[in-house]
Amino acid sequence: MQEAEVKVRKRRLERAIKARTDTVFVIASPGDILYVLAPRVVPMAILLLLPLFVGGYHSKVIVHACVVGLLALSWELLASCGLFSLGQSLFFGVGAYMAGAMDKYLHLPIWVTIPVATLGGGALCALLLAPVVRLRGVYFAMVTLMLPILFKQIIEAWGILGGTHGLSGLTAFPNEWLDKYLIIVAFITVLFGLRSLITSDYGLVLKAIADDDRAVMSAGINIYSRKVQALFIAASVASFAGAFITHHYQFAGFSVFALDWAILPLAAAAVGGTGSFAGAALGSMILVPLSEALRAMGGLRMAIYCAILVFAVLALPEGIFRFLERKYQEFETVIEVK
Amino acid sequence: MWLIVYGIISSVILALYAVGFSLTYGVSGLPNFAHGALYILGGYAIWNLMNVAGLSIIAAAPLTVITCGLLGFGLYWGLLLRVRGIPLSELVVTFAAGVAILELLTWSGFYGIRYSLPVFWEESIEIFSVVIDGQRILVLATGVALVILLHLFVRHTRTGLAFRGLAQNERTALSVGIEADWIGSLSVAMGSGLAAVAAVVVLPLGMMEATIGYEVLIYALAVAIVGGLESTTGMVLASFIIGFAQTAAARYIGPKWMIIVPLAAIVLVLVVRPSGLLGKFKELEERV
Amino acid sequence: MSAETLLKVEGLGKSFGGVMAVSNVDFELKRGDFLGVIGPNGAGKTTLVNLITGFVKPSRGKVIFNGKDITGRKPYDIANMGVARTFQMVRLFHNMPAYKNLIIPLCSQRVRKLRGGKYGERDDVAIDLLDDMGFERTSNVPYKTAGSLPHGYLKRLDLARALALRPDLLILDELFSGMSMAEVAGVLPIIEKLNTQGLTTIMIEHRLRELFRVVDRVMVLNFGVKIAEGSPDQVMDSDEVKKAYLGVDVEIPRGKPA
Ligand SMILES: Nc1ncnc2c1ncn2[C@@H]1O[C@H](COP(=O)(O)OP(=O)(O)OP(=O)(O)O)[C@@H](O)[C@H]1O
Ligand SMILES: [Mg+2]
Repeated sequence: MQEAEVKVRKRRLERAIKARTDTVFVIASPGDILYVLAPRVVPMAILLLLPLFVGGYHSKVIVHACVVGLLALSWELLASCGLFSLGQSLFFGVGAYMAGAMDKYLHLPIWVTIPVATLGGGALCALLLAPVVRLRGVYFAMVTLMLPILFKQIIEAWGILGGTHGLSGLTAFPNEWLDKYLIIVAFITVLFGLRSLITSDYGLVLKAIADDDRAVMSAGINIYSRKVQALFIAASVASFAGAFITHHYQFAGFSVFALDWAILPLAAAAVGGTGSFAGAALGSMILVPLSEALRAMGGLRMAIYCAILVFAVLALPEGIFRFLERKYQEFETVIEVK
Repeated sequence: MWLIVYGIISSVILALYAVGFSLTYGVSGLPNFAHGALYILGGYAIWNLMNVAGLSIIAAAPLTVITCGLLGFGLYWGLLLRVRGIPLSELVVTFAAGVAILELLTWSGFYGIRYSLPVFWEESIEIFSVVIDGQRILVLATGVALVILLHLFVRHTRTGLAFRGLAQNERTALSVGIEADWIGSLSVAMGSGLAAVAAVVVLPLGMMEATIGYEVLIYALAVAIVGGLESTTGMVLASFIIGFAQTAAARYIGPKWMIIVPLAAIVLVLVVRPSGLLGKFKELEERV
Repeated sequence: MSAETLLKVEGLGKSFGGVMAVSNVDFELKRGDFLGVIGPNGAGKTTLVNLITGFVKPSRGKVIFNGKDITGRKPYDIANMGVARTFQMVRLFHNMPAYKNLIIPLCSQRVRKLRGGKYGERDDVAIDLLDDMGFERTSNVPYKTAGSLPHGYLKRLDLARALALRPDLLILDELFSGMSMAEVAGVLPIIEKLNTQGLTTIMIEHRLRELFRVVDRVMVLNFGVKIAEGSPDQVMDSDEVKKAYLGVDVEIPRGKPA
């Protein structure tokens, strides 16, 4: 007789607490409440508390991660209505220069420059790109890729807005804590704000446009104005990040239009997983610290981001966030096979 | 007269930049954002073939074009194949690959006076009292020859007909036995080869550095947007409009106005006729 | 029923390259009319719908709806004026739960105005509508992703999406193609009832038996040209129609006169 081999097999179950749809949880116990809240509250708390414990260089990394995070969230909002941006640096740069110019030439205080640059930058970009949203497909990507590079060249050639030297000696934040916490709180607010926006009926319409714009039109919705609205919101978010950076470094130069600000958010969204805001946020929290570690590589850094980006698109189409989410919602048991 | 001659030349240069991008997009709907990088790779390849391998330009030029074509082929089978049909991924992959190549070249020190290509033909001639150097004549001749060859290719060869078939209707093309991946990769390869042709004839006119790749991409996109994607005639027309406008602006208003021209052209076209001068307004005519 | 003209189409024509998909079509609909449109494949029926709903810009001619010239207006403007359509090839939002598909028309300007600023229960309205279409609210069908539903459900979902707009004119482009007998039997009375309640309807259909049971008038297109219009019996007796549409000497299916 052969000795019976004990075979085991893994069984995977979806946690019972999660009901049919994505948003409905059946909560029955404090444990369930914890289960639902923990992934939302814990990362937020870590992000909020971290600056209290680390300082100097590390807090710069946090700030940088939040800035890229805002750009990635803005990218994700556009993507969710079918607009693929290759030029987050456009929105970022417009916000940065607006705040810089208001500070330098009009001597307006920070609490004016930042809000005005946020909304003004959003409006300007929406206006600039409004004609493009009439076209589908690659046009939007093409135009958003070109505009920041052209803007940079114009500033360079014309010497406007400080030309190659940029605008320097701008107003700093009154204190270091306001500086750090402004961006962290903004990042968290935008993350949760956009998440609830996209699950509302308004967001549903945006997603429907990406799905089938014709069907949306036949349902009596002006898709062009919706897309411009989304553009305004997304551009405002990115412009805020730009305006913040201007005051953070007390400087606005044409490096704000550099490809870094286009590639890094895109890579963050791709690594974290496109299709969810949390993915974009998670992606930037992973990539930015990583990229700081790559700073020593100097010029090679961009090439590495790009390699990561290609790898993420080809090998992790689902993204890290969706993977974690799936794992969190299911549990595995080992059962014996007879 | 000066304006006409140099206007034509800069228009032809723009058309050379754009032709590869347009061909690839027209045939397989792939926006090859690595176009500028392939152009610079062409320059890099020919420089190395001439200065490292010591080949003459007659031997180096075709080799360069073939190398770039093969690279395009590799780009398709290595990266694009997996994401074919997902527009977002297609454009992200080509864009990222292009930037990676350009940044890698910059990092490896591919700029500066050392990297210049000799002109093919030292003499210059005078037409209508305008002096033109031999290289610019070569550019002109290449441009004209390319347009004619492409036209013949598309109308009269099997592959060319397959290209048109795929461009018109992918499903039907598939059902009559045209292999989409094969044709798709061929279109990317040809687009890359054309980028290399442009590099070989245009780069000797000036300095060579990796950042020019971005410029080439920008101009190729500008021409495509103004002329209308998928329209070859539109592409030529747009090259001439932008080329002449730039030459005129640089000459009569000042060189710094040159950069405004593509921007103004794009904004104008997008506002007035979003599909480009000769592009079909795909959006409305698509079957419902 | 009032005899007010709702839709008037005058000399409408569209050519795609060389093909005259629709040429010089005239017809008129009064409020509450039920018009059937038939014609062989490629006759230009779908193109006619696209022309009326603004998805295709006419080469010539005029469309007047509710007294307003809507020729060449944008599809969403026309939809907001009260013209709803279904698509021959269903166009739905496949990644969303079925009932969420109806939220989109419920967010339109038209419905917001008609509902007079009542918000917050769009989901309920959507589920009610789907329940009428045979998506039982107590089952899990309305909550499944649209992409996972069988064809017959998709067609009905498309119809529900059109109805959610609370249209004045409903255009059905081959709604019954691909539906089972039972499904058609379920949907037909709904459409009939809506029409008797006053909803003007244009129905394009290849299934003549069902069509003739409900419509009061039929228009026949062939090669983009209107070749006949009248009651089902009149039209089917016309020799030209027999020849064009069915070939000569074919037994014509006939339902009860409407
Ligand atoms: N977007 C388009 N581009 C070019 N030709 C078109 C387009 N739409 C329709 N056609 C052509 O117009 C003619 C009429 O087509 P249409 O779809 O209106 O016919 P139909 O009566 O709806 O046919 P079916 O019964 O098959 O649905 C056909 O010859 C078709 O090929
Ligand atoms: Mg049809």
